Amino acid sequence: MKTIYFDNNATTKVAEEVFEEMQPLFCELYGNPSSMHTFGGQVGRNIRVAREQVAGLLGCDPSEIIFTSCGTESDNTAIKGTLAALPNKRKVITSRVEHPAVLSVCRDLENHGYTVAEISVDKLGRLDLAELERQIDDNTVLVTIMYANNETGVIFPIEKIAELTKSKGVIFHTDAIQAVGKIPFNLSKNNIDLLSISGHKLHAPKGVGVLYVRKGTRVAPFMLGGHQEGGRRAGTENVPGIVGLGKACELAAKYIDDENTRVKYLRDKLERSLLKNCPGAKINGDTENRLPNTTNISFEFIEGEAILLLLDKYGICASSGSACTSGSLEPSHVLRAMGVPFTFAHGSIRFSLSRYNTEQEVDYTIEKMPEIVNRLRNLSPFVTK
Amino acid sequence: MWEYTDKVKDHFFNPRNVGEIQNPDGVGEVGSLACGDALKLTFKLDENGRIKDAKFKTFGCASAIATSSVLTEIIKGMTIEEASKVTNKDIADYLGGLPEQKMHCSVMGREALETAIENYRTGGKMKHQLEGRVVCNCFGVTEKEIERVIRENNLTMVDQVTNYCKAGGGCGGCRGEIEKIIERIQGDKLKQAAAVPVKAGKLTNIQKIQLIQQTINEQIRPALRADGGNIELIDVDGNKVIVAFRGMCAQCKMADFTIKDVVEAKLREFVSRELYVEEDKESIDQQHHHTGQK
Repeated sequence: MKTIYFDNNATTKVAEEVFEEMQPLFCELYGNPSSMHTFGGQVGRNIRVAREQVAGLLGCDPSEIIFTSCGTESDNTAIKGTLAALPNKRKVITSRVEHPAVLSVCRDLENHGYTVAEISVDKLGRLDLAELERQIDDNTVLVTIMYANNETGVIFPIEKIAELTKSKGVIFHTDAIQAVGKIPFNLSKNNIDLLSISGHKLHAPKGVGVLYVRKGTRVAPFMLGGHQEGGRRAGTENVPGIVGLGKACELAAKYIDDENTRVKYLRDKLERSLLKNCPGAKINGDTENRLPNTTNISFEFIEGEAILLLLDKYGICASSGSACTSGSLEPSHVLRAMGVPFTFAHGSIRFSLSRYNTEQEVDYTIEKMPEIVNRLRNLSPFVTK
Repeated sequence: MWEYTDKVKDHFFNPRNVGEIQNPDGVGEVGSLACGDALKLTFKLDENGRIKDAKFKTFGCASAIATSSVLTEIIKGMTIEEASKVTNKDIADYLGGLPEQKMHCSVMGREALETAIENYRTGGKMKHQLEGRVVCNCFGVTEKEIERVIRENNLTMVDQVTNYCKAGGGCGGCRGEIEKIIERIQGDKLKQAAAVPVKAGKLTNIQKIQLIQQTINEQIRPALRADGGNIELIDVDGNKVIVAFRGMCAQCKMADFTIKDVVEAKLREFVSRELYVEEDKESIDQQHHHTGQK
């Protein structure tokens, strides 16, 4: 059975071009870039190229790029590193819909004497900017708000927020892990201080990430040890991963139009058809400001895990915000923050596409989904005929 | 991905006895949309008082559907007396086991069966009611139900209780209480779980402050968080614990004689009987000041 992969917000396929670029760095060019000999030192050049490729996609200076081991490390470093560098202020502002890599870190800060404000969102998952402005006070050191939501794809007005934080003298970090490669960036033209990227969300391998640190922004290192990354992130470089991420960024710049035209068309076709052909279907999130590859659809009175398993039978991969899929007992914190009623929240399914998806795959899913929904509705005690 | 047995998968992909029996002898409806799973069980008896037919309708995940399906198979042919002895463990065993986090599905099956039998015995007059005090408000689980899953499945940890009946899986505010119920029932069998603060005999000042902070972090904050509120430990002065309430709590006019009392009770329970709580008025004024300013 062929796999139809619609779970690209979870992770992505490593692009063939990326894999090719990485290959020599395992068995041939395996030296340590910190070594004095030519054999090791030469891979330093590969890292430099990768740093330039990442900077090229983000529109920043290569010296502002720090390679990390993953998006979660980038988020942790941004938050904890900022607080360590600026210890006198004790308030952090975030949103209720952040990824756990940010939200868990912030909630833990409360156990260490910090005040944390979580900005709410409305029914469409849009941030309450007035509340954000109200919350910024003299004690606030950091605002950390995601660029685009991983579950709904809703995009926040990050440039506006960055302008606001700058005017108040507060550091601003954004987790842009879902946005990079789907939205064009030019960090030289806005006021974002810190930005996180994860390699495996944009067709690079797992185990590599980036933290962008604007020149002049003080961040205490999270990992201590050697002098790698200019003393800002210790640990021998994951050379193949870094080289892969560099190539992936170069490709992302090339395919960004494709993401916003062809991929968007596929997403829209899938979404439109499911809404039309499946009873009780409803979109979660603001469709006006949304990533081009993501749709989050709820199916009333049926449960997400059951839908996923039936999709799985046809080789279709998606994900769900239902309680049962997470192993927790409550549905996704994002959908709850949006006030999505329980009748819908437990039956939410996220399809996230990539440039590797085809119209044929979308059509196949459109064909199978109504059958799955009706089958579960027949089992549901809440559906009355 | 969950590791389901072939039997679970079979009953999920090919559920038996789906539907509703017309004019049933017993009906049991448990769970709710809010909880994420719900089951409606109906059965009909034959002339010898044996269950002739049983049908189900279920909203829920694969294991909820599979346990419902298998339940109908288990009880067919049983007398009411026999059916009333079916435990959640029987249901799970019949499926070759369920993942720990899904054991509550088997408990839901047993509850539906019990409710249906009660409905039959009272001639459909009595509506099923929650018996005893509700411990977990998020999922509406009573003390009695918690005691029962602990006894029937020999549970020794709070997380297990959550897996079996959901209690403690929402805001987490009742986890301390569940711990006490486990202690009461399991007594010596219990290995001391590290998650709950241990009340020591004599505390140094530093230990006391740490224990107060730990109690606030683990026993109090999660419950306030669920309502969009928060609490901050400002200072400890002898036995006086000064705290500030944030978010919704700070604006709540009832804060004086509700939340403060709850905090005080928790601190007395887990740290020291002598403690009393005061609210930091300065920080409240500050908070109001800030909102007023902008």
